[in-house]
Amino acid sequence: MKKTIIVGATSGIAQALANQIAQSGASLVLLGRSASKLDLMAQDLRLRHGATVEIEAIDFDSFDSHAPAVDRAIERLGGVDLAIVCHGSLGDQKACERDFRLAEAEFRTNCLSAMSFLAHLANRMEEHGAGCLVAISSVAGDRGRQSNYIYGAAKAGLSAFLQGLRNRLFPKGVHVLTVKPGFVDTSMTAHLKKGLLMASPERVARDILRAAESKRCVLYTPWFWRWIMLVIKLIPESIFQRLKL
Amino acid sequence: MSWSCDPLPAGRPGETVLPHGLGRSYGDSCLNAGGSVIVTSAMNRLLAFDAATGIIRCEAGASLDAILQFATPRGWFLPTTPGTKFVTLAGAIANDVHGKNHHRAGTFGRHVKQFELLRSDGRRLLCSPTDNPVWFSATIGGLGLTGLITWADLGLRPISSAMIDVESIKFRNLDEFFEVSAESDQAFEYTVAWVDCMAQGRSLGRGIMMRGNHAANGGGTLPAHRPPRFNVPVDFPSFALNSLSVKAFNTAYYARLRQRLTRAVVHYDPFFYPLDAVKNWNRIYGKRGFFQYQFVVPFTGDSSAIREVFARIAKSGQGSFLAVLKTFGELKSPGMMSFPSPGVTLALDFPNKGAKTFELFAELDRFLLDAGGRFYPAKDARMPAECFVKSYPNLEKFRAFIDPAFSSSFWRRVTGTEDQP
Repeated sequence: MKKTIIVGATSGIAQALANQIAQSGASLVLLGRSASKLDLMAQDLRLRHGATVEIEAIDFDSFDSHAPAVDRAIERLGGVDLAIVCHGSLGDQKACERDFRLAEAEFRTNCLSAMSFLAHLANRMEEHGAGCLVAISSVAGDRGRQSNYIYGAAKAGLSAFLQGLRNRLFPKGVHVLTVKPGFVDTSMTAHLKKGLLMASPERVARDILRAAESKRCVLYTPWFWRWIMLVIKLIPESIFQRLKL
Repeated sequence: MSWSCDPLPAGRPGETVLPHGLGRSYGDSCLNAGGSVIVTSAMNRLLAFDAATGIIRCEAGASLDAILQFATPRGWFLPTTPGTKFVTLAGAIANDVHGKNHHRAGTFGRHVKQFELLRSDGRRLLCSPTDNPVWFSATIGGLGLTGLITWADLGLRPISSAMIDVESIKFRNLDEFFEVSAESDQAFEYTVAWVDCMAQGRSLGRGIMMRGNHAANGGGTLPAHRPPRFNVPVDFPSFALNSLSVKAFNTAYYARLRQRLTRAVVHYDPFFYPLDAVKNWNRIYGKRGFFQYQFVVPFTGDSSAIREVFARIAKSGQGSFLAVLKTFGELKSPGMMSFPSPGVTLALDFPNKGAKTFELFAELDRFLLDAGGRFYPAKDARMPAECFVKSYPNLEKFRAFIDPAFSSSFWRRVTGTEDQP
């Protein structure tokens, strides 16, 4: 029985993850903003899969509350094998350009609060000498583009943080997986057109759990994003600055 | 809308909204041109199940497919089911759907214990036969116009096997259908007939009655169904379906059964949902698509109305693969605007051949209106306002319950409030 903590559990990808994890017989603690949404989710997971599911509503912006929430979750589970940090927000790039306070808020959610949870989880796993840490970053963090560099910069920060964490925890027996999804069909992308690049959250969740199982370091999901981003990263900056991306 | 606890999403200023589940209604009753739809298919959680009473609580967008996956292994089954399981719970309520056991179980709405209705003013009404009973009645069969159902309680029925004991009986003409049908309704929970609507003369109305009961305990497990096995990846060319191929199919389908009566034990999936095995089966009809046409006419021992309909279809040369004939029972639905009523119902599908097809429909409309027919919104994309207004005697009463922020393309079309195209 895998003991799993999901932070940002009501996000589209996290819901699919929780469903697949509960199906495999794991016990779960779900942390998220909305108590009523967490409650609906927990009822479904308990009923469909007979899973042990506990919930706790948290405020992502109040960093002081994160460590105690992580400790309570680990206590409830009697340990932790897998922790997945999923929360995020896709802010309005144009609005963030006009008002830096909005950009700052995006950074707090997508970068700092994720780091805050990861920091506490990493320390607890390090003490224990085992565990798997997963965080959802984004392909947007691979290169800054005019269309969403606030989100991209926050995710780039998160990706670098995860690299360092992986390097630090490797000798301690703790694995760190960075997930870089492309477009996923969730409420975050509801305003975008559903093209060929749009993947289902179920497929992305399946990829993530498989990558965590096989101890991959960085996962692009669906797989073709690795190659798309490779091309985008290879374009020299002197040319890139002229592109409308 | 992905969570039943969320507030109702607002439409664009001055425009209306309409709940939209899995979009399996054949026409425009699940569409809202010029407004927005609120897609509920991600609001699909199973919330509670009482193994003593068989009552399951689900969010509105839970599909019958998901409910069956959950209920079958636990020894429970849908109280009644339409011909596809890829519809949502709230969609089944909003269309007050019926199934092969209408003569025993009545409509879907009869098995709904209660639900929550979210109105655009933010009110959440708990509706049941005792709480807000008129809202309960208006919403069952209310085509999604009275507000958005957020969750509902449905009473399941116990089963001891996932299998159905099936008998198929050939009938040589319409008179034989009525004999076989009356006899089948006595002894079988599920009855439905396929009719070869290209047959004329003495064979007019020939077909195959399929009737079944839940099998007794096979002593084993109760396996739920599997996902669809086949897919139609692209539209067929429009010439694939013509009167010759339809006639050949119908003749072969009728001749398939050698004996008058054959027996089999089959899983519930192919018995109730034969078309669900083929994903995107509608593409067989090509880019121009097809129309469904379903009506019910009162039946008091005189089969002349149905006979006349078959004669006119056969004469027009426009055939239907799936002509489905069934007698509805007397059980009354709680729904104010429910389609089923005592009598005989016939569901047909016609490849869209343009003006020719519309002429046939207009002819059938006129004839059926005189015969006291009623037409089914969930299967309609073209009925004139007159057909709708005359079908539903509670229409004026129903209007008072429509949410001012809700509307549908169908509603505007059949009540004559459609904007200029």
